Amino acid sequence: MATTVTGTKPLTQTRLGGGSKSRGPNGNGSPKRNGHGHAFFDARSSANRYRIGMWVGMASILMLFTGLSSAYIVRAASANDWQPLRMPRVLLLSTALIIISSITLEFARRKFKNAAQSAHKSLLAVTTLLGFGFLASQVFAWNQLAQQGIYISSNPHSSFFYLLTATHAVHLLGGLAGLMFLTLRSRLRIDDELAAAKGQAQTDAVTLYWHFMDVLWIYLFLLLFFWRQV
Amino acid sequence: MSVETHEAVHRHEPPTSFIRKYIFSLDHKVIGIQYIILALVAVIVGMTMSVLMRMNLSWPGTNWPILGTLFPAGAPGGIMNPEFYLSLVTMHGTIMVFFVLTTAPQGGFGNYFLPIQIGAEDMAFPVLNMLSFWVTLVGFIVILAAIFASGSASTVGPIGGWTGYAPLSALGQIAGPGQGLGMNLWIISIAIFCVGSLLGALNFITTLLNMRTRGMTLMRMPLTCWAWFTTAVLALLSFPVLLGGGILLLLDRLAGTSFFIPGGLYVSGILSGTNPSFPVHTGGSPILWQHLFWFFGHPEVYIAILPGMGATSHILSTFARKPIFGYRAMVFAIFAIGLLGFFVWGHHMFISGMSPYSAMTFSILTLSIGVPSAVKTFNWLGTLWGARIRFTTAMLFAIGFVSLFVAGGITGLVLGQTSLDLPMHDTYFVTAHFHLVMGVASIFGMFAATYFWFPKVFGRFMSEGMGKIHFWITFVGVYCIFVPMHVMGIVGMPRRFSSFTEYTFLSRLHPLVVFVSIVAIITVLAQFLFYFNLIWSIFKGKKAGPNPWDATTLEWITPSPPPHDNFAGVLPTVYRGPYEFAVPGAPNDFVMQTEPETEAERTGGNGHNGHRH
Amino acid sequence: MGRALAVIIWILTLGSVSIFFVKQWWFPAAISSHAAALDRQFLITIIVVGISFTAAQVGLGYMVWKYRERPSHERAMYTHGSNRLEVIWTIVTAIIFIGLAVMGQSVWASLHFNKAPAGSFQVEVVAQQFQWNFHYAGRDGVFGRTDPSLIDDSALNFVGLDETDPSAKDDATHSVIAIPVGRPVELILRSKDVIHNFWVPQLRFKQDLVPGMAIRVHFTANQIGKYELACAELCGQLHFKMKSYMLVLPEAEHQALMALPQDQFQSRVTELLAQYPLPTY
Repeated sequence: MATTVTGTKPLTQTRLGGGSKSRGPNGNGSPKRNGHGHAFFDARSSANRYRIGMWVGMASILMLFTGLSSAYIVRAASANDWQPLRMPRVLLLSTALIIISSITLEFARRKFKNAAQSAHKSLLAVTTLLGFGFLASQVFAWNQLAQQGIYISSNPHSSFFYLLTATHAVHLLGGLAGLMFLTLRSRLRIDDELAAAKGQAQTDAVTLYWHFMDVLWIYLFLLLFFWRQV
Repeated sequence: MSVETHEAVHRHEPPTSFIRKYIFSLDHKVIGIQYIILALVAVIVGMTMSVLMRMNLSWPGTNWPILGTLFPAGAPGGIMNPEFYLSLVTMHGTIMVFFVLTTAPQGGFGNYFLPIQIGAEDMAFPVLNMLSFWVTLVGFIVILAAIFASGSASTVGPIGGWTGYAPLSALGQIAGPGQGLGMNLWIISIAIFCVGSLLGALNFITTLLNMRTRGMTLMRMPLTCWAWFTTAVLALLSFPVLLGGGILLLLDRLAGTSFFIPGGLYVSGILSGTNPSFPVHTGGSPILWQHLFWFFGHPEVYIAILPGMGATSHILSTFARKPIFGYRAMVFAIFAIGLLGFFVWGHHMFISGMSPYSAMTFSILTLSIGVPSAVKTFNWLGTLWGARIRFTTAMLFAIGFVSLFVAGGITGLVLGQTSLDLPMHDTYFVTAHFHLVMGVASIFGMFAATYFWFPKVFGRFMSEGMGKIHFWITFVGVYCIFVPMHVMGIVGMPRRFSSFTEYTFLSRLHPLVVFVSIVAIITVLAQFLFYFNLIWSIFKGKKAGPNPWDATTLEWITPSPPPHDNFAGVLPTVYRGPYEFAVPGAPNDFVMQTEPETEAERTGGNGHNGHRH
Repeated sequence: MGRALAVIIWILTLGSVSIFFVKQWWFPAAISSHAAALDRQFLITIIVVGISFTAAQVGLGYMVWKYRERPSHERAMYTHGSNRLEVIWTIVTAIIFIGLAVMGQSVWASLHFNKAPAGSFQVEVVAQQFQWNFHYAGRDGVFGRTDPSLIDDSALNFVGLDETDPSAKDDATHSVIAIPVGRPVELILRSKDVIHNFWVPQLRFKQDLVPGMAIRVHFTANQIGKYELACAELCGQLHFKMKSYMLVLPEAEHQALMALPQDQFQSRVTELLAQYPLPTY
């Protein structure tokens, strides 16, 4: 019986397992990560999970909206029953509010880094208020439309308007919960490196999510009212 | 074997109260077992339904008094009516795909073993992990509720198949029995399931990226971890689309929107908009639902089978006592399958009225997905070549997986072709194909995993004697059930027919139909041996040590069952690949991943930097 | 154990392959012009499938037999694989699989990439839950206007034909489809409620009828006779009973039928149904 398969370098006794540097089809991987134990397990690396988790979660939310957007585009083209809505003006206010809130939150995040806790807290409070302001403005827009007799079943554009804004609002509520979590958290004293790294990572994650909600809203706004008004 | 202690990670004490320990547990191992129990319950429901369906097909009109008592409306006088049969089809498919094939391989085994195999104490987000299970369980309860919510309407759930094609599923009660509350609950259950799976997928990905122990590079991970990781990515990207589609479908049913319902429909004697029970609809696209559904539905097939592939690779290598053949190729193949899986959904829709040109593209992409699948098969055979095979029950099931994966997968070459789909679409050929490959093969992967990891989970072996009887009956049984179904499909037997007596061209298939039903009943009965073995072995099985199979990966360095934090506060360090069997010159025929490099390896290896800690 | 497993795998392989040779359990004889090419493509594919299946299973059985644990050899072979082999089998399978996919397109293209030839016989198919309605244009070859709001089940106006439309005067509807032999047929497929599927096994042809769409397909039947027509897309509780017949008639007989007024049309179809037997299987 052959001892090796054609094309594979025979591994001698002196080059067992992880010792092989060849990146051939073997299962040993590269040994180079063995050496840096400390960096691998420090608090920052462990806290990184919040940032990674947020990116992963955002990918999934992005797919939800990609699915709904493609439904929007297909549905718009599938029949001639599409009646474009007139944009409720208050949506401009929503847009302004969420953009500003994104900026204030970014400052809040940087203030956390600089350990300026009081500025961090007040900026968080401002952002939270702006977030609620955005939601109030959205609710106002829905009311306005309802008063004009435009409901979710009125025509495909209004269906998608209510659906997309409501889905966005539900996700934004998650962001508001995150902001309130950060607010609660900012009252805790940070006394070790692990807690600091964790706090920073969580702040980063929530901020990232909030920016995502901001950009998502702008995208939806453009899609709903500026994309090829059919 | 040595576990190098680098730093003592502070040890997590297990919770002491029963509720925190076994019910609302944050321990990935307990959550994994909860998922498996859920799947074990769900599979009994799904299997019972399949037996009822087979009985109706082979002995139509037979009186089953028990059915008449349990479901007086669906089986009046003990004779199943067509709507009862079709709701069984729907519920069997939904429960099997979602609550068995998605929960057991990923939620169950993935949850239990992914953190251990990468050397982590737990998942990255334990609370999220607990939530994902409980959300999934709520989804299961809702789908069970659909059985009873429809009970008065002579069905045991909605009628729509697991694909729930609109507008049948979108029109509501007016479209016939099984389209009322039961269908709402069906959609809601799937939406809930989507959320649970998404939380799980997020956790899996983050855990794998962030929590690998020292030395556990990506290319040193067991292939199981690669499979779970890819599965999680597929779930993460495909479930949201189904969720979106489900929301649209529910709105069509409840809010009077027209996403999937076109205008001018005339259903059950009522024209759209002329009666409050059928509000006016305009312009919806039924094909849009199919696109959204299959964009999820096709990756879902791989969500079901990839963990089985991972487990099979892992177990084949272990009992072949030989490194896996072509580790890198295996990893690339898993990824290629996952990636291509997103671009082939249209092959479910060749005859749907979709553009024939895009059908052609989908067809070519579909057949390309056979390439990485074949590569995996070749590598499994390569792994067995020159091996020294130990025929444990786990190994038998893993070999069975390879055999069934080939048997089921290869007919994809027929179904993936646009023109051959014309006669084959929606016949038993399709039923046979996907049952073999995504149903039975996946389950064989899970059987192998169960027999293999049981000693780790419970500290005792499962009975090999009972296990082998279980294997022989099941292996022969599934071939006898599903191979004849291909032939039925060639003759032209359509799926989802509650009776074939209407058509003369199908009458010659009757002997096969009866044969399949008899084998199916025997095979199902054999599964109770598995259940018995499972329970019996927990209490009476032979005791197992930490590494009963002489395996190499991290789950085998820790006691059986593992302590609450997996490694008793001491995270392992990894020095080598996952499948170092039969290493020349090594004292044993297996070298654990935690085995440090020998002096010879360190000095002999040219230029690597594996310095000591 | 290894030898037993090998033998079982081989027996199952033999059994699986041989069941495909049972002539009685094969396609019913084809009656459409594209079917010969399609059946040939099917045969080629199934042979490739059969060979690959057999090779893999025989190989698996061989490995299991030969490399079972025996005291005679101490350790397994130590190898991590071979890049060359990986490349070879990737390329070979890619060529075979993608080649099959490309070959499979020609029948598809002939049916779907071209419009129905001029002079095709047109039938409008209007499916509804558990019933087929075939709308014939009559002698003038023009379909009368239809509208869903005109559907009247009690008056047997299942397709919503507008009786006031002059071109509707000679139209006929029936639950049986009658087409001429040897002449291209174009179907205009519609549905009134949910998705149905037009499926005649002998035609080797299937197409969904999607509500809200009018899908045009064409084929040519070249064998006179009566064939069963089934719905192949789940459409509700009586899906399995949504059955009808397709009559393929000699050109002259078909022309005579189409020239009949609606009432005589009905009785003539009934006669023809009785006249032509189903194929024997």
